[in-house]
Amino acid sequence: MVATAMQTGVAQTTAIEISHMKVYYGEKLAVDDVSLPILKNKITAFIGPSGCGKSTVLRGLNRMNDLIPGARVEGEILYHGRNLYAPNVDPVEVRRRIGMVFQKPNPFPKSIYDNIAYGPRLLGVKSKAMLDEIVEMSLKQAAIWDEVKNDFRTKSGLALSGGQQQRMCIARTIAVEPDVILMDEPCSALDPIATQKIEELMRELVANFTIVIVTHNMQQATRVSDYTAFYSIRKQETEVGKENRWGVLAEYAPTQQLFERPAKQETADYISGRFG
Amino acid sequence: MTAQVQQVQTKTGRLTAYKQDAADQININRRARPFDDFIRALLLLAGIVSILTTIGIVIVLGNETLLFIQQLTPEGEPAVTIGEFLATTEWQPVGYKFGIWPLLEATLMTSFVAILVALPLGLGAAIYLSEYATRQVRDTLKPILEILAGIPTVVYGYFAVTFMTPLLQAIGGDAVQFYNTLSAGLVMGIMILPTIASMSEDALSAVPRLLREASYGMGATKFETISKVILPAALSGILAALIVGISRAVGETMIVALAAGAGPNFTLPPNFLVGAETITGHIARISGGDLSYNSIDYNSLFSLGLALFVFTLLLNMLSRYISNRFREAYQ
Repeated sequence: MVATAMQTGVAQTTAIEISHMKVYYGEKLAVDDVSLPILKNKITAFIGPSGCGKSTVLRGLNRMNDLIPGARVEGEILYHGRNLYAPNVDPVEVRRRIGMVFQKPNPFPKSIYDNIAYGPRLLGVKSKAMLDEIVEMSLKQAAIWDEVKNDFRTKSGLALSGGQQQRMCIARTIAVEPDVILMDEPCSALDPIATQKIEELMRELVANFTIVIVTHNMQQATRVSDYTAFYSIRKQETEVGKENRWGVLAEYAPTQQLFERPAKQETADYISGRFG
Repeated sequence: MTAQVQQVQTKTGRLTAYKQDAADQININRRARPFDDFIRALLLLAGIVSILTTIGIVIVLGNETLLFIQQLTPEGEPAVTIGEFLATTEWQPVGYKFGIWPLLEATLMTSFVAILVALPLGLGAAIYLSEYATRQVRDTLKPILEILAGIPTVVYGYFAVTFMTPLLQAIGGDAVQFYNTLSAGLVMGIMILPTIASMSEDALSAVPRLLREASYGMGATKFETISKVILPAALSGILAALIVGISRAVGETMIVALAAGAGPNFTLPPNFLVGAETITGHIARISGGDLSYNSIDYNSLFSLGLALFVFTLLLNMLSRYISNRFREAYQ
């Protein structure tokens, strides 16, 4: 289905279809009933106040929540027609196709070259020529090649600046040629100039990849994303002084529409800064 | 001007008296703090005591060693030279033969066996606890492991003599002597296992979650993440654990005194199935007997002590070098 769409070049293909997704941590409901499409070759932004579950949903898309003891996902997340949470789905294989960039740059304590080659090597690439090519291509695609081309074989990934580290981590993620890249607040630890570079990079990458980005920064969402999902918090008092809180998807729309003509009052309140 | 300041102070200056400010002037002069000085002196004293003790030990060891190499035979010849001490393979104080190798060899042999047991098992236990065990299992197992580290070594010695040696003899038959370095080494390995496991587990757990997530996020399996990311990042801590383990094995006395044998025995190639005496075992046995002060036997023990001291010092320096060398691993 997706393949045909790609061959015919039709836009608006769905890369991932989230339907009725619920996430629990132990007994506690963290995210309730989220349904939305992640469109192919588009940037989808997840925004919302702290604790609204936007990161939880994002990490559910490549089964990173599996690493948290007690985390449980219900509902369907369809990727190439397969439910990512079906019992016979291997999370390792999922993550090779749906990559992730984290909030804080997390280079391995290895050379830049070994950082980028890590994923391809996991896939079994042994040829040095091929690894060389992948590393160079990935660094170029992540717009960091010019800054590291002289010493990327020996220089430690940790010796780069924060912004460079994050672009290197993006290069590392795209080196395995994923379908989808999940970005969990990728700029929150970076200064405005480094942030701008990452945003420009995202606009370039979206030609080849599908991107989902969680951001606290609404300006960033308007600058980079095509679609925006606004998450909100629901509360219920269980007993006096105690309440349960969980996140829901409040509104999903093309970014411009969501910010200019939000359909819901709570969206309007949040984006105008009256709440959250 | 002054009046204005006073007015402000009366408004908010309830603690002015405590600050010892005058009515028109704040007092921020340096003042005496005797309690702070006392605490600092006390802590300095603690530091000095440990340093002085070390220096004292070195002086005593060095001085007695000097007396040792100055000793003469009844014929008036030098009883031992540094060259003989370091390079010959017979230790017979009665015959004025003071070659350290039989003792050193036994020390190296028992330590080697111990590390051979403790490193793979300890590291394996550490990886299991840090990466595979659920929180519940870890919280149960780690204290038990640490209890194992608290068992007195004399108990391990009895364990070697009453359990390990008979077991080895049952397997190996007559080739296994009652006193042998293998039994002592194996039990010593069990003794240092918890230390290596616990220290390695700390090093592994200290690897940031972000690095693990980076690896899993790339589609690495658990084993790939452990072998390619976590172990390399924890390497300096694991090496430090290994060195501490070796140091403990080299210095361990009770187990080898009970199980390894009570007579210097140089074997080439090393024979793990026969008795031999380690440096520490020898010191313990000889100093336990009636030894006359300032005899050559007496002095020789200090030279052995000094050799042991230098050996563990070198190991400590090595461990320091290694952790510095790999320190920037992550952060």
